Amino acid sequence: MTTKIYVPRDSSAIALGADRVAERVLEVIANDKLDAMLIRNGSRGMVWAEPLLEVETTEGRVGYANVDPTDVPDVLGAAMANGGQHSKSIGVVDELPYLNNQERLCFARNGITDPVSVEDYTAHGGFKGLHKALKMGSEQIVEEVTESGLRGRGGAAFPTGIKWKTVLGCDSNQKYIVCNADEGDSGTFSDRMTIEGDPLVLIEGMTIAALAVGATKGFLYLRSEYPHAEKVFLEALEAARGQGYLGDDICGSGRVFDIELRRAAGAYICGEETSLLESLEGKRGMVRAKPPLPAIEGLFGKPTVVNNVVTLASVPYILANGAKKYKDYGMGRSKGTLPIQLAGNVKRGGLVEKAFGVTLRELLMDFGGGSASGRPIRAVQVGGPLGAYIPESQFDMPFEYETFSQNGAMLGHGGIVVFDDTVDMARMARFAMEFCAIESCGKCTPCRIGSTRGMETIDKIIAGEDRAANAELVEDLCDTMLNGSLCALGGMIPFPVMSAMKHFPEDFCLEPGLEKTAA
Amino acid sequence: MGQENHTDVVRSILEKHSNTEGALLPILHDVQDTLGFIPNEAIDQIGKGVNRSRAEVHGVVSFYHHFRTNKPGTHVIQVCRSEACQSMGGEEIIAEFKRQLDIDFHGTSADDRVTLEAVYCLGHCACAPAVMVDGVPRAKVKISDVSDLLGDLGGMK
Repeated sequence: MTTKIYVPRDSSAIALGADRVAERVLEVIANDKLDAMLIRNGSRGMVWAEPLLEVETTEGRVGYANVDPTDVPDVLGAAMANGGQHSKSIGVVDELPYLNNQERLCFARNGITDPVSVEDYTAHGGFKGLHKALKMGSEQIVEEVTESGLRGRGGAAFPTGIKWKTVLGCDSNQKYIVCNADEGDSGTFSDRMTIEGDPLVLIEGMTIAALAVGATKGFLYLRSEYPHAEKVFLEALEAARGQGYLGDDICGSGRVFDIELRRAAGAYICGEETSLLESLEGKRGMVRAKPPLPAIEGLFGKPTVVNNVVTLASVPYILANGAKKYKDYGMGRSKGTLPIQLAGNVKRGGLVEKAFGVTLRELLMDFGGGSASGRPIRAVQVGGPLGAYIPESQFDMPFEYETFSQNGAMLGHGGIVVFDDTVDMARMARFAMEFCAIESCGKCTPCRIGSTRGMETIDKIIAGEDRAANAELVEDLCDTMLNGSLCALGGMIPFPVMSAMKHFPEDFCLEPGLEKTAA
Repeated sequence: MGQENHTDVVRSILEKHSNTEGALLPILHDVQDTLGFIPNEAIDQIGKGVNRSRAEVHGVVSFYHHFRTNKPGTHVIQVCRSEACQSMGGEEIIAEFKRQLDIDFHGTSADDRVTLEAVYCLGHCACAPAVMVDGVPRAKVKISDVSDLLGDLGGMK
C-alpha cells in the first residue's frame, strides 16, 4: 500500500523550512523508488515542532519534529523500514499530550487533511452542518446558533445569533456575508491557520450564514500579509465550486451563494468592522459611527453579517452536532471553545483549542512549557495590541470573557504574547501609543492626536523628566482616549498602557500605587 | 517600463474590473502587483476609470500602508515590528537590517536592490521573529541570519 507522507503547507511551517523538506521528500521518493506519496496538509498547530513530517503507519501517524532537509533520507528510511525509530521521532502525533489535552471542535481537521480536498473534508465530517442547514428554515438555523451561545471570536464577543437575527429580519433585495480575515493582532494566527489548514470549514460556515439570513454573496476580506492563505483559499473556492458547494445551485437545493476574496492593504484599523466595510467599498478605511449597525446598513448600504473567521468556522460544528453539544463546553456566558494562540517568548508556541475556563497558567506552563529563553515569564499580553499586560500574580484567571473584563483585561481574538524578565514595560507602553499613532484612521481626535502626545509623554517619563506629573498626564490622556474614541483602537489602547504602569511601575521609575484609575 | 506601457497596463486592469463592485482596492492591488508600485500618473487614470477624483484615489492610496508610489528595489523585505516579535529580539533584527542596508524603513538600498518595509504581524508569532522576503516567509530569524539572507539576494557587500 502506498504510504502517505505529510509535510504542512502552513506558512509558519514554510517559514521554518517546510517547502525545502517537501522538495527533498519528493526527491527521495523518486530516487529510492519508494511506494509513498506526499500530501501537503495544514499545520497541527504545534508550531514548536515545525517542520513536522508525518508518516502514516498501522499505529497511526508517526511524527518527526523540526525536520531539516538533510534529515529526510534517514527519516523516510526509518519510517518505511521499521516503524519509525529516529532521533527526531515524537511518536504517534494524535497521542501527544499537547493535542490530546485540547478540545478541537473548530480545528478538528487542521493538520490532518489536505486543506483543498473536498473528498478529504467530507471524509472527516465536513459539510454535515451544511446538509442539515439546507433542510432547515432560516429561523431555525438562527435559533440553533443563538442557542449555542456562540459569541464573536474576533474580539468583541457579540452574540452571533443576535447579529444574524437582525440581518434575517431586514427586508432587502441584497444581503451580504462578510468574513473578517484582517487578523492584525500581534500574537494571533488562528484565522490564518484556519484558512491555510481547513479553508473548507470557513466556506461551509459562510454558506450556512448565507442560508440563515438570505444572503447570496460573500466576501472574504483577507490581509495582504497572508499571501499563502490567499493562495489556499482561492484553491479551496475552486474545489468547492467544482463540487457544487458554492454557486447557483448549492448541493442541488436551488439556493445561491458564492464568495469573493478581497485583499486588504495593510491597515490594522480595517479589522474594525465598519472601516472594513469602507475598505471593501473602495474607500479609506475610516471608522463609521454606529448606528446604523452594519447588520441593517452594512456593505453598500445593504444588511450585512460581518463575522470573524473563527466565528464562522465554529458554525458547521454547531449545525452538525447541535447547539447543546457545543454549549456543554465552556463556562458562564462563555460557551464552547476558543482557539488560543501561544506566541512570543514561549517554549512550545502554537494553537491550543480549549473550552473556556482553562487558566493562563495551564496554557503557559502545561502547554507552553514556560518561556523560550528559559528565563522567568514576567508578563503576558492577551488579546493583541489593545489587550492588557498581565502580571504573574493573575495567571490563575480562567480564560473567560467576563472574568477577564472584570480584571481590566480582554480575551480579544485569543492571542497570548509571552515576555520574559528582560522586557522593559515602559518601552512596551510607548510602543502601544506609537502603534496607535501609526494605525489610527484619524477620525477621532483623542486617537489621532492623543496617541502621539502619549508617546511623547511616555518618552519624558523614560527620560526621567518630572515623572509623577507626566504619569498623571498619561493617565488623564488615556481616560480621554477611552471615552472619546468611536472604536476599539483609540478606546482600548489605554489598556496596555495603563496595565503596564499599574503592574510594572518600577519600569517607569514610578512609586507603586501612584496611579488611581488604572485599567 | 515606460510611461506608455504603464498607461496600457492600467487601462487593461481598469477594463478587467469594470463590473467589480467597490473596485478601487482590487485595481490598486493589480497595478502594484504588475508594476511594483502605483505611479503618480496612474492615479489620474484610475480616478477617471472609477469615476472618482484624483484626490479621492490619492487619499485611498496614501491611507493603506501596503501601497507605495515609488518604485521599490528589486527585492522587498518586510520585517515585523509587533509585540510577539519584539519578545524574541525582533528589534535587534530590525536594527541589523537597517545597519547592513544603511537605510531606514520604507527606504531602498543605494544599489536599488532592497527595499525595507515595516509590517505589523505576519502571523508567525509562535516562531518569532519573522520576516518576509519577496513573499517568502522566514521565522525564528537570528542576527547571524541577516547577512546570509541579504547575501542570498545577491549583489550585497
